[in-house]
Amino acid sequence: MSEPLFTAAEQKRFDDEIAVLLSHYPNDRKSASMLPALRVLQTIKGWLPPEGMKLVAERLETTVAHCYEVATFYVMFHTEKPGKYVIDVCTNLSCALRGAEGMLKYMEQKLNTHAGTRGEKYFLRETECLASCGTAPCLQINEDHHENLTKQKLDALLEKLS
Amino acid sequence: MSVLTEKVMTRDWGKPGQHAFKGYQERGGYQQLKKVLTSMQPAQVTDEVKRSNLRGRGGAGFPTGLKWSFVPSLEKNTKPRYLAINADESEPGTAKDRFILEYDPHLLLEGIGIACYALGAHTCYIYARGEFKHPSAVLDAAIADAYANGVFGKKLMGTDFELDVYQVRGAGAYICGEETALLESLEGKKGWPRLKPPFPAVVGLFGCPTVVNNVETIAALPRIFEKGADWFARLGAAKSGGTRLVTLSGSVKRPGTYEVGMDTSMKELIFDKEYGQGMPEGRSVKAVIPGGSSAPVLTADELEVKLEFDAFKPLQSMAGSGGVIVMDDSTCMVRSLWRVARFYAEESCGQCTPCREGQPWMARLLRKIEEGRGELADLDTLMQVAQSIAPWPPIGLGNTICALGDAGALPVQSFVQKFRKDFEDHITQKRCPHGDKPWGTYGEFQ
Ligand SMILES: Cc1cc2nc3c(=O)[nH]c(=O)nc-3n(C[C@H](O)[C@H](O)[C@H](O)COP(=O)(O)O)c2cc1C
Ligand code: SF4
Ligand code: FES
Repeated sequence: MSEPLFTAAEQKRFDDEIAVLLSHYPNDRKSASMLPALRVLQTIKGWLPPEGMKLVAERLETTVAHCYEVATFYVMFHTEKPGKYVIDVCTNLSCALRGAEGMLKYMEQKLNTHAGTRGEKYFLRETECLASCGTAPCLQINEDHHENLTKQKLDALLEKLS
Repeated sequence: MSVLTEKVMTRDWGKPGQHAFKGYQERGGYQQLKKVLTSMQPAQVTDEVKRSNLRGRGGAGFPTGLKWSFVPSLEKNTKPRYLAINADESEPGTAKDRFILEYDPHLLLEGIGIACYALGAHTCYIYARGEFKHPSAVLDAAIADAYANGVFGKKLMGTDFELDVYQVRGAGAYICGEETALLESLEGKKGWPRLKPPFPAVVGLFGCPTVVNNVETIAALPRIFEKGADWFARLGAAKSGGTRLVTLSGSVKRPGTYEVGMDTSMKELIFDKEYGQGMPEGRSVKAVIPGGSSAPVLTADELEVKLEFDAFKPLQSMAGSGGVIVMDDSTCMVRSLWRVARFYAEESCGQCTPCREGQPWMARLLRKIEEGRGELADLDTLMQVAQSIAPWPPIGLGNTICALGDAGALPVQSFVQKFRKDFEDHITQKRCPHGDKPWGTYGEFQ
C-alpha cells in the first residue's frame, strides 16, 4: 500500500483552509481559489505531489489539467520536489548595480552548485526584481526575504542552513 | 528648491504600533471612512476624488476619479461590482507598495472602504505578489484586526453597507501586475492578459464591473478626505495631485524609498541631502531610468525634469511606477539594457507573436553585441524588432494585447538612440570597453 498523502492533522488543516478559501468566492466560482489552494498544499507538503493535485481539483470542482496549467505558469509553485533550500537571488538591474552578479558567483562557490541546477540540498536560482531595489542586493531563502546584503551578512545567513 | 517639507503618505511610518488597528486609530485612523459613510453620497465621493487630481500610481498615471466613473450605474448593469487592489509590485526598480503594507496597512484598508463605498462594491480582493511573505503577513493581521474591531463585514463601520476584504497571494509572475492578467489570476487561472475592450470597469472580475487600483493610489484616499480635495490638488503640481513615493536605486550614495513633491526635480532627488545625496566620488550621471525599467531612459542633460506625471511626456518617457534607476559613467549601457531585455523576454506570456518572438530576439542580439560578436547591422535589426512590437516615439498603444510588449520595446529604442556610441564601441572594439566591471562604482559584491 502506498503512503497516504496527509497525516490526520495535515488532512484537517487542508480541509479547514480550503473551506475558508472557498467562502471567499461566489458559490459557482470555486476554481477561483486555485492559487491560494495550491499554496495551502505546497505549504503542507513542501511541493505539489500528484495525489495532492487530484484532491485540489476535486475540492475546487475543476480538472487536474487545470491545476497543472496554473501550477506550471507560476515560478513559485513546485511540481517537482525542490531542494531543501530554495534560494532566489535577484540579479535584475538595480541589484546588479549593487553587486548581485558577484553575490551569485560567491554563492555558487560557497554552496558548490550552479545557479539553475536543482540539488538535493540547495536549489539556487536567479530571479527577477523582488521589490528591494533601494535596499539591494537581496535574496530569498525558502521565501524569507533578506536585503542590504554584504559578504559578512551572507556568510552568517548561509551558516544557519544545515 | 522644492524639497517636500511635510510628509503626507509616509507621515506615520515607523511610529509605534502603527501597523495595528489600535495604533492607527489612536492617530485618527478610520475617521475619514466614518465621515464619508455618514455624510456623503457615493457620487460625491467620486467627485471629490476627481477634484483632487489623484492619479494612478501603478504605472499609467490614469486619473482615478475618472476611472471610477466608467463603472456603469446599477440601473444599467445590476451585477455585483468589485475592487481589486494591485499589490503585485514587480516592475524592476520599484519598491514602494511593500512599505505601505509593512508600515501602514490600515491606511490602505481605510482607503479601500472609501473606494468601495463610492463604487458600490461589496467585495475587495487585494492581490499581492507571492514573494511578499512578510508584507502579506502584516496585511493579513491588519485585515483580521479590522474585522475584529467592527470595520469590515456585514456592517462597515456600523453602517448598513456590507464589505468583505480578502488578500490573495500571487505565485511569481510579473505579468500578473497587468490589470487583466491580475483578474485572470484572481479567477484562478494562468495570467494571460485579456483583449481590451471591454475594459475591466465594464467587464472585469467574474464578468462584473471591476476597478483595479494600485496600493499607493488607494492609500492616498484617507488624506484626501482628511484635508480636502483642493488641498491635495494644490499640494501637487499641474494635473498631478498629492505627493509620490519613488524608489531610488543604483549608483547613488543613498538609495532608498522616498516621498517627494510633484515639483521635485530628478536632479534634486539624486543630489539632495534628504534623498540620494549624490553620485559616488569622482563619478557623474550617465543614464537614469525614471519610472521602472520599462520607462525610456534619460541622459544626464534631462535631469531638470519634475517628477510630476505629465512632465516626462516632452522627453518621450514616463513617470511610471516611480522606480528611478541611476547609472554612473562607469556603467556599461549594453550590459544594462541586455539585463532589462532578458527580463521582458523571460516574462512575456507568449500570447502575441511580436512579443513572444521579439523580446527573446532582442535579448539575443544584445548578448551578441555585449560579448563582442556584434555587427553594425545588428543595431538596425534590434531597432526593427523593437519597432515591430511597439512604435517609437511611444504613442501608448503598441501592436500587442498588453503593454508588456511596449515595456520591452521602449527601453531598447531609447537606449540605442541615446547611447548609440556605446553600442557602436562594443561592436567596433569587439569587446565590452568596461571589461569585467560593467556594473559601475557599486557593482562589486562586498
Ligand atoms: C506588464 C505590466 C505590469 C504591471 N505591473 C503592475 C504592478 O506590479 N503594480 C501595479 O499597480 N500596476 C501594474 N501595472 C499597471 C496596471 O495594469 C494598472 O494600470 C494599475 O494597476 C492601475 O492602477 P492605478 O490606476 O491605481 O495606477 C502593470 C502593467 C503592465 C502592462
Ligand atoms: S504583449 Fe506579451 S505579455 Fe502581453 S499579452 Fe502579448 S505576449 Fe503576453
Ligand atoms: S532589482 Fe533586485 S529587488 Fe529590484
